Amino acid sequence: MSSDPLIQLEGITKTFGSGDAAFQALKGVDMSIERGDFVAVMGPSGSGKSTTMNILGCLDIPTSGIFRFRGTEVQSLTRDQRSLLRRRYLGFVFQGFNLLARTTALENVELPLLYRGESKAERRKAGLRALDMVGLVPWAGHTPAELSGGQQQRVAIARALVTQPDVLLADEPTGNLDSERSIEIMELLTELNQSGITVLMVTHEEEMAAFAKTIVRFRDGVVERIESGTRSAQITEASG
Amino acid sequence: MFGIFGATLLLSLREIRRHLMRSFLTTLGIIIGVAAVITMVTLGNGVTASVKEDISSLGANVYIIFPVRTERGSPRPFDEADVNAVANQIAGVEAAAGSASAAATAFHNGQNWSTSVNGVNNEFLRAQSIDLAEGRSFTAAEETAGQNVCILGPKVREAIFVPDVSPLGEEMRLDSVSCTVIGVLEERGQGGGGRDEDNVVMMPLKTVQRRFTGDDTIQFFVVKYDAAYSSASIQTGLIDLLRERRLLQEGQENDFNIIDTAQVNQALGTAIGALTGMVAAIAAISLLVGGIGIMNIMLVSVTERTREIGIRLAIGALAKEVQLQFLTEAVVLCCLGGLVGIVLAFGLSFGLAAAVGVPFVFDPMINILSFIFSAAMGIIFGYYPARRASKLDPIDALRHE
Ligand SMILES: Nc1ncnc2c1ncn2[C@@H]1O[C@H](COP(=O)(O)OP(=O)(O)OP(=O)(O)O)[C@@H](O)[C@H]1O
Ligand SMILES: [Mg+2]
Repeated sequence: MSSDPLIQLEGITKTFGSGDAAFQALKGVDMSIERGDFVAVMGPSGSGKSTTMNILGCLDIPTSGIFRFRGTEVQSLTRDQRSLLRRRYLGFVFQGFNLLARTTALENVELPLLYRGESKAERRKAGLRALDMVGLVPWAGHTPAELSGGQQQRVAIARALVTQPDVLLADEPTGNLDSERSIEIMELLTELNQSGITVLMVTHEEEMAAFAKTIVRFRDGVVERIESGTRSAQITEASG
Repeated sequence: MFGIFGATLLLSLREIRRHLMRSFLTTLGIIIGVAAVITMVTLGNGVTASVKEDISSLGANVYIIFPVRTERGSPRPFDEADVNAVANQIAGVEAAAGSASAAATAFHNGQNWSTSVNGVNNEFLRAQSIDLAEGRSFTAAEETAGQNVCILGPKVREAIFVPDVSPLGEEMRLDSVSCTVIGVLEERGQGGGGRDEDNVVMMPLKTVQRRFTGDDTIQFFVVKYDAAYSSASIQTGLIDLLRERRLLQEGQENDFNIIDTAQVNQALGTAIGALTGMVAAIAAISLLVGGIGIMNIMLVSVTERTREIGIRLAIGALAKEVQLQFLTEAVVLCCLGGLVGIVLAFGLSFGLAAAVGVPFVFDPMINILSFIFSAAMGIIFGYYPARRASKLDPIDALRHE
């Protein structure tokens, strides 16, 4: 089992709508991702990146094809079974933060633990630890409206991390940030990846993709190309 | 499990506080419904209690018989012989006692006071459960000889006698008749027909007939009967006997009336039952309207918070957990409404009872029932919006602006 890839997609298609209005967003996606990988998903707008991420994040199911996560065929699970997978193994950073308004950073981060049934004390401890990882402990009591975009994105990442997930999925985590903040976020993701978390990230910018180990390029609902990233080379260069 | 439940509870309280005005307006239907029901029931209890007390002051298992006007002319009074016939000839009658009364002015100590003098005997006092605060009732000799002894109503005692000094043994005058005070009645308050039962002087029936009314008629009489007998059969016997004695022809209507305290009690119970039923119906409608208001606002809330629901679902909340959250919110809202209603009803019924002059009879049952009913409203009308929230698709919900 451990020799299986963590994530395996076989002939995934996704059709939105039906009849004349039907639109096939994914037209047969095949790929597999190993544990510990850092994948950047790239491609033009509308090529199916978010659709794929939603399927990988067990938020959506493919119209056809097989999606194996840790050996389980996700496409045949019920809604609640997929929820359980999400709360146990997955952390999702959404396109555009998606924090609860009027709720403090710490409470936002604690939220996934609530649904795991952890005690208030445990939630607090883990929440502060996750905020510490993104360097936001001093802002624990602030609501999203009182935080900058970069800080909000880091709260969103802390929320995805707090359950110590196997996989971190991030849909354009730097889409709303300037390049300085973006690089901070990328450094954070790199650190997390080095600590053993498998990271999948959608990005439009080559500069950000450069942090990844693997780059998957989408076009028109299929995987056009899979490349190995430049990061290992950079690291070797830097240390050499 | 408790963790999530406690957190859900806190969350709903916070959500309610966030929209305080809206929450208040939403629950107004429930507040008014609950307050109305409890106030009506509490006041109803007070009225029942006060009427029951009036009735029991007439005595239990007692008829009151009095002449009435007919088309043939003005009421014909009864006399002593009628009372004796009833007492002796009808099975089940334990005692019968008549009363004659007249208006009189009481004099004592240079003061005067208008009152009424009632001619009765001890049998009457017993049948009507009239008790003495001090002194004694009439002796057999005083009754048969028609002696000039009197028992004061508390109002009369207060009006013309020195306070804190026993009036027993004092001489007083009623119109031109002087008499010796032998007792004082206990306070009885307002009687039937607004008569003040405390502004009265009791004397032996004979005395009043001889010295005040000038004949041997009596204005009404009371009949105490044995509860083991059927009231209907005694009444039939009474009517037959009195018709015969008053020489009424077949087909002529009765020229007297019999009031049965047990029947009045029963009629009162029926009337209050009907009233309660009506109140319940009004309350049900008001609560239904309130419940629909709750459902409406909960649906608005679900729409407003679509994104929040999406986030919760996306980070792993189960459908039933989202459902629980919204259901809890509706139930908490309704329970708060119920509590406000209960507090409001307490103040309202307390004030109204005082204003109307009936006792305030707190009924814990109706308060508890109303509260449970409010909570049930929350479950019934919160269910659909909560279910709708839990059925949202996380991706669509996250996209929602
Ligand atoms: N719920 C939906 N209903 C209908 N069409 C959809 C839906 N979601 C996505 N699509 C369509 O599927 C295609 C792929 O969408 P997707 O969001 O995966 O693109 P993307 O690669 O993430 O693009 P972007 O870089 O702009 O985010 C698009 O043409 C989009 O319009
Ligand atoms: Mg996208």
